[in-house]
Amino acid sequence: MSLTIIYTIVTLCAIGTFAAVILYFVAQKFKVYEDPRIDKVESALPGANCGGCGHAGCRAFAEDCVKKNDLAGLFCPVGGNDCMARVAGILGLEVVAQAPKVAVVRCNGTCEHRPRVNKFDGASSCAIASSLYSGESGCQYGCLGMGDCVEACKFDAIHINPETGLPEVDDEKCVACGACVSACPKNLIELRKKAPKDRKIYVSCRNTDKGGIARKACTVACIGCGKCQKECNFDAITIASNLAFIDADKCKLCRKCVAVCPTGAILEFNFPPRKIKSEEPADIAGKVTSKPAAPENKTNSSEN
Amino acid sequence: MVKTFKTGGVHPAGNKISAGKAIEELPLPKTVNIPVAQHIGAPAAPVVAKGDKVKTGQVIARSSGFVSANIHSSASGTVVKIENIYDSSGYPKTGIVIAVEGDEWLETIDRSTALKADFDLDSKAITDKIMEAGIVGLGGATFPTHVKLMPPPGMKAEVLIINGVECEPYLTADHRLMLEKGAEIVVGARLLMKALNVEKAVIGVENNKPDAIKNLQEIIKDDNRISVMPLHVKYPQGGEKQLIKAVTGREVPSGALPIAVGAVVSNVGTVFAVYEAVQKNKPLFERVVTVTGKSLSNPSNFKVRIGTAIGELIEAAGGLPEDTGKIISGGPMMGKAVATTEVAVTKGTSGILIMKEDESHRRPMENCIRCARCVSVCPMGLEPFFLMTVSEKQLWDKAEENRIMDCIECGSCSFTCPANRPLLDYIRLGKSKVGALIRSRKK
Amino acid sequence: MNKLLTISPSPHVHATDSVNKIMYRVILALVPALIWSVVVFGLDAVRVTLVSVISCVAFEFVIQKYILKVTPKISDGSAVITGILLAFNVPASLPWWIIVIGALAAIGVGKMSFGGLGNNPFNPALVGRVFLLISFPVQMTSWPALHAVDGTTTATPLALLKEGIKNGQPVHDLMSKLPQVSDLFYGNIPGSMGEISALMLLIGLAYMLWRKVITWHIPVGVLGTIFIFQGILWLVNPDHFIEPAFYLLTGGAMLGAIFMATDMVTSPMNPRGQIIFAVGIGVITVLIRNFGSYPEGISFAILIMNAFTPLINAYVKPKRFGGNK
Repeated sequence: MSLTIIYTIVTLCAIGTFAAVILYFVAQKFKVYEDPRIDKVESALPGANCGGCGHAGCRAFAEDCVKKNDLAGLFCPVGGNDCMARVAGILGLEVVAQAPKVAVVRCNGTCEHRPRVNKFDGASSCAIASSLYSGESGCQYGCLGMGDCVEACKFDAIHINPETGLPEVDDEKCVACGACVSACPKNLIELRKKAPKDRKIYVSCRNTDKGGIARKACTVACIGCGKCQKECNFDAITIASNLAFIDADKCKLCRKCVAVCPTGAILEFNFPPRKIKSEEPADIAGKVTSKPAAPENKTNSSEN
Repeated sequence: MVKTFKTGGVHPAGNKISAGKAIEELPLPKTVNIPVAQHIGAPAAPVVAKGDKVKTGQVIARSSGFVSANIHSSASGTVVKIENIYDSSGYPKTGIVIAVEGDEWLETIDRSTALKADFDLDSKAITDKIMEAGIVGLGGATFPTHVKLMPPPGMKAEVLIINGVECEPYLTADHRLMLEKGAEIVVGARLLMKALNVEKAVIGVENNKPDAIKNLQEIIKDDNRISVMPLHVKYPQGGEKQLIKAVTGREVPSGALPIAVGAVVSNVGTVFAVYEAVQKNKPLFERVVTVTGKSLSNPSNFKVRIGTAIGELIEAAGGLPEDTGKIISGGPMMGKAVATTEVAVTKGTSGILIMKEDESHRRPMENCIRCARCVSVCPMGLEPFFLMTVSEKQLWDKAEENRIMDCIECGSCSFTCPANRPLLDYIRLGKSKVGALIRSRKK
Repeated sequence: MNKLLTISPSPHVHATDSVNKIMYRVILALVPALIWSVVVFGLDAVRVTLVSVISCVAFEFVIQKYILKVTPKISDGSAVITGILLAFNVPASLPWWIIVIGALAAIGVGKMSFGGLGNNPFNPALVGRVFLLISFPVQMTSWPALHAVDGTTTATPLALLKEGIKNGQPVHDLMSKLPQVSDLFYGNIPGSMGEISALMLLIGLAYMLWRKVITWHIPVGVLGTIFIFQGILWLVNPDHFIEPAFYLLTGGAMLGAIFMATDMVTSPMNPRGQIIFAVGIGVITVLIRNFGSYPEGISFAILIMNAFTPLINAYVKPKRFGGNK
């Protein structure tokens, strides 16, 4: 019996050694050379594989950084400037710090502002509803509220508010990877430059219909009247196709446009409540989410 | 043995409640809203402006490419505006709004109703007249007919198949047309045969229209080039590929056109319009529309001018019932639900179906139990459960491999699924994404 | 119009079939065999079936509500079917606590751990049965004698056959000890509750085919393969291999082919794939019965082929219109 065991052990060891030798030579012969720096860069990256950089994953991004030997145009939104600085250090390259961005949802068509004119009874997907028809309201540009953006976000940074029916972005968690931007079939989400204290001012509307039609569908629509453009001292506002747009790079967050907008299409976030008005709906966090209708605004500007 | 197509198919309830109603001509509306995109291909370009006076049958928008069609005014009056109007696509599209004044037709149109059976035009002359008249497929697909009559080089038509199947439940416009205008349809068939240079035509009609079959057989009994083929009642027999399979036994290959197997298919309504265009110089500006629904008091088949708001048709059928839940343009299997009664009748509107509130809602979705009924009913041999899953997960390469582009969107899968899964919703989404990917690859 | 119109994508009508209806039709198809088992085994059969069904439904409810935290949905009848099939696969004398453990294995491991209805790769009733067979081999193979009053046990025909062949007895000698074919057909033999009467199971099959719950491909495929394969072996060596008709009518072949292999969730999704699946089951069953150490092999055969189902689905596609490229 013991001889059998010895034969078995010896045979198995011989097979094992033989296989190991073969594997060694094969591995050497067919070895693919990879720049060792790729591994180092990859370990500096967050590893989320979200695609926010425009590449297929963190490894692909690392490969591109090493291959191009230049970090111009390459940015990891999740890792941010810290991460890019580390990558630059590993590769011995220069990197330009980029302004952080955050996603904003450019629609304020809540159930209150934008009444429903029909009921949708299909599969719960914005893409499906959007390809079928113009939506449950009279505004064909507005948010459909079924959460394709929520599905797309890998960072738990966007959720539908059940009261308003609109998505809301969590500024802390949003890394501006752009997944929600591509997911929205109405192109309502935009990556805007992050301001200090998370303050934001933007036109929360994408309706390019004529003013009368837009306003009929939604009470807080942008009617393209141009008052905001006239008021702005920094040339930050452009009007095209009956729609205003605020350039985040030029905007100095003075809030003058918010005050003059007759429909309340321009929203301001994370500002302290205004001192003048008492009937303004200020809440505890100091966040003003929508302006009251025209009459109060007119009073305000005349007071100014 | 009554012929049919072999793969898949379902049997929705027929509900042909308006089959006995003769076609009734509706009075003219006060305004007509005529979209410039009523066909597959590039929208037509308007050739009139606000304030212009137009006559019935006058060209108001010209075809803007090879795959495009002319649009004609369906009434006489003044152009009020050219602006966005809602049509059954669900989105506002450019349309020409005309305030109707009287009904003055173009002098060139022959308004007599006597049958004109003789013609001595050649193939090109016939095709040109069809193109000028703005004829598109009236079965619902609205493909410009003149394009079908000009096959790509190297391909030749062998048989003209006339689609009198009308497999959608509720719709009866084609049925009535075959009963009342059978002789005209046969002349139209001969015109198309001349245009295509074929010696054989088959009119396919489902077995639930025995009177139409008999009427047509009687009319063509002396012409041995044309025959009527009764077909087994099964949805979607009226689908082009399924019809070709049943009539000729040939299957159109994936991604190819029917002309690849020598067949050209045309709806009976289109064939009738061809007759009127070539023999009476009458362009396409009116069509027969079935207005139906279990809750309507007077389900009927109306001859209406293009651009009439569907509200007028519903009024003539007894008025919109209180318990209406859905208004569908087309049939219940492939029609589009519309949001208002101001939507205009277009060349592709085959019917208006009113559904009661209690039949308008889908049942809640459940887990897929892998019963494979969707696979067994798919007329194209696809696997809808799989195509839905890959579309949900956005795996477009897998969708393409599994022939998602072959889907004819007939709805048999969603109709059958015992778990009420929205199969076709996701497959359509997949088709649009994969289609876009394919187009971007070709560039 | 006060109410809002509904807009949905086509189609706007739906066939009347539903998951519930399909499940209830299967339960109805199982009723003849259930009645027969009560006739033969008496109240024991009722006890076993009730315990099995109630535990399966209860476990599904509890797991859905407290572990998966979803709205419990037990009304679709699928847990009831698993309960009945599990009961059909065990001896009528099985103690109640073993049945409950089997139900937990069937529903908890075989179905819920994969995500509930529609997500399980293996037939839950068979998972339960095989689990019990391996864990409690003695209790699972003590078959009560027919119309037994005092708990006497006997061996099933297949077990007798296996023992006999192992001991070297030629088949035609054994045939005198084994029941007649008519007994096998009507079900006057010892065995698991559901598998004894071929006739009752065939009535169930006819009902399911008529109501279009299943198609003929899998039952005919399994039984046909068993018949043909065993037929070939029998022709080669009639002393060592029994005639194929015997194999069709004994053991779980009928029950397996008609009710277990045809489980929609775990079988392939087009006819060609189903035939491949059925042939695989038939071959493995005959192999295990003749050359393996278990007298009955169909449960294992079905579970093994269940594992192949995703592979079959991936490579065997339905016939495409316009030609498979």
